[in-house]
Parts: sequence; C-alpha cells; structure tokens
Amino acid sequence: MSKVTIQAAREPRSSRILGIGGYRPSRVVTNAEIIEHIDSSDEWIRTRSGIESRRWASDEETVVSMSLAAAQKALADAGVQPEQVDCVIVSTVTHLYQTPSAAAEIAHKLGTNKAAAFDISAACAGFCYGLSLASDMVRAGTAGHVVVIGVERLSDLTDKTDRSTAFLFADGAGAAVVGPAAGPAEAGIGPVVWGSDGEHLDLIKQREDWRDALRNEIGPTMPHLVMQGNPVFRWASYEMAKVAQEALTAAGVTVDDLDVFVPHQANMRITDAMARTLKLPERVAIARDIATQGNTSAASIPLAIERMLETGEAQSGDLALIIGFGAGLVYAGQVIRIP
Amino acid sequence: MASTEEIREGLAEIVNEITGVPAEDVQLDKSFTDDLDIDSLSMVEVVVAAEEKFGVKIPDEEVKNLATVGDAVTFIEKAGS
Repeated sequence: MSKVTIQAAREPRSSRILGIGGYRPSRVVTNAEIIEHIDSSDEWIRTRSGIESRRWASDEETVVSMSLAAAQKALADAGVQPEQVDCVIVSTVTHLYQTPSAAAEIAHKLGTNKAAAFDISAACAGFCYGLSLASDMVRAGTAGHVVVIGVERLSDLTDKTDRSTAFLFADGAGAAVVGPAAGPAEAGIGPVVWGSDGEHLDLIKQREDWRDALRNEIGPTMPHLVMQGNPVFRWASYEMAKVAQEALTAAGVTVDDLDVFVPHQANMRITDAMARTLKLPERVAIARDIATQGNTSAASIPLAIERMLETGEAQSGDLALIIGFGAGLVYAGQVIRIP
Repeated sequence: MASTEEIREGLAEIVNEITGVPAEDVQLDKSFTDDLDIDSLSMVEVVVAAEEKFGVKIPDEEVKNLATVGDAVTFIEKAGS
C-alpha cells in the first residue's frame, strides 16, 4: 500500500459574490395579451399575483444567448476576465437539449479557458443551489472564480390556455460571479439551508415526459408545466418562511440586521405573506421585480437583485436574505452581501 | 372548548387582520367569497391562522367546502372537540 499523502487543494477560505448581471427579453407581454387565451382579467391577475406584465423571449433569445448576455454583465460588474473563470454552473429547466449542457456552450462562448461546466436542475431554487455549490468550490479551492447562471424560457413550456399558470411564467437570465473574499470578515455568502420534499412532487411539475408528449395520439405536444396554486401558496408562504428564518440563524444574523429581502419572485402574494410571517422590519427593502418580469424561476433572484441595485433600493455591501423554492419540491436559502 | 360565538369572534379577528374586512361584518351567514370578497389565497392565509389559533388541522381538500363563516366555525368546533 502506498504511504504518500494526497495533497489538499488548499486551505479553506471565504467566498463572496463579486458581480451580478441580468438579461431581460425584449418583448413585453401585457395582461391584455394573456387574457386573449384565458377566461380572466387584468384585475384578477394583478390581485392574485402582482404581475402587470412579463417578458417572453423571441426565437433569437435562447437559453444560451440570454445566459451569455447576463454572464458578460456579471463579469464586467465583478471586474473579472473570462479566462479567470474556472467553472460555469447553469441552473435551468428549459434548456430543451438533453445533452450537451448549456453550461459547456456558454463557458466556450464566454471565452473561458476550458472552464469546468455543468447544468443543474433545481427549478426555482436553482440560483440558490448553484450559489451554494459555487461558494463551496471557492472556499475549498476547487475553483477561483465561478459563474452561476439561472436562466429560463418558461414560455416554451407554458400552456397559454391554462388560467392558473398562463399569466405567471416568464423568461430571462440572471448571473453572479463568485470568488474569494479577502478574509473571513469579508465573507459574503452565508451557510445554505436547503432540502427537498419529493412527497409533494405533483404540486408543480411538467405534465408528462417528452416521450409521452411526442407520442401523443393527437400528435406531438409540448409537455406543459402544471401547478396546484393554493397548496403551493401555503407551502411557500409558511414553510419557506421557516427555512428563511433558519438561513438567518445559520448566518448568525437576525431580521433586524437585514437590509434587503429577495425571495424567488414566484408571486407577489407569497412575497407579502413571507415578509409578514418573518416579521421583517419596515426598513428592509423587499424585491418586487415580479410586477414587470413575471416568474422567471431560476433567473428571478439575480434579476431582482440587479433591479434593486439599479433603482437604489439596494446598495453594494447590503446584507440580504435570499431564498429559492419550487418544483420538487426543492428549496434553498442563504444570507449574502450584495456585491 | 370555545363557544360558537368565541370561535366566530376569533375568526373575525383573523379575517380583519389578513384582509382588512371589518370584524363585525364576519357573521355566520356570510359567504367568504361573495359577501366578504376574500379570494382563494387570502382564504389559505385565514385557514393557516385559524389552525394556529384554535389548534386544529384544516386539510386543503376541506377548505373548498367552507363556503360561509358558519361552515368554518362548525368545522373548527367539530375538529376541536
């Protein structure tokens, strides 16, 4: 038996988010356009979801092109060059190629030096899952800089005649660059609190697999997303508030320390209920990007952070609580410093 | 165990807190949707708060049968007994 010691990559260090960037598709889709296909009204959609309009991607705005635009903005924001990127993680449920991954193509087109690249599937919790992986890679020394992208073209899998989801889902991309912090005092990503609950697989899901969708008797169809709104609302508003509280505790902070709250932009009513359950102080800025962006699943948190930085609701250095939750069911939350 | 009137009063407080509907409007014969204008998501919030307040479990599939304030009060009385 060989007695050599395997050399550890390096001593653990701290990580933080260095830059954020987003891409919002060019086409604005109003509630008036949505209700051409469903029995609903602008007022119903606004009161049930807080959504006034959303963005849907054109044929040219692909998962890869939107990701590239978001990642390039995030790299510029971070002041990091593509060749410094060691890994690209893409979270999406709407890259409709089973293989190769979107991440490999994006890593190449970004101009990285053959960075490691892979896609993950964690639905609306995807950005927080990816951020956790990236943070641990940086802390362990597996990677120097990691690009995390949440991207969706949910409009491809949305049933435009389903009055419970047609107004909700939207498209876009958001990215973050994660890298080393100068020291433990500069750490910018708290411990993740995450998990899954496959018992409730049916609450939000793709209706059928691709094989069944393509072999459908009436001809090939898209396997649309379906959702049971009320149970999801209950789970998200209350169970996820508990997870958010655990993420605060894990980071050693309380709601009184927070500057910003950025939940996955699932529904304005969920955001409001979570904020009430968490008893957030009034001065905490709450992300409400959903009003004009819709629910963009994995992309929603970085897009919302980018918007809050643009409007001045959030400032660099602010302490933020982020939490993603969705189909699986899966969830992940952490405390971060806004870059 | 709380009386019917005590449960109604407790429920009225919850409805007022969540939706802003005046507590005195929350009477046994009132329909949550038609009279009090409470939508399905607010109803979920009312149910969760009622579960906590009265220490009962109101399953999702039961919620759609609770059309009036009286229905809810009766359910809570039975579930709590």
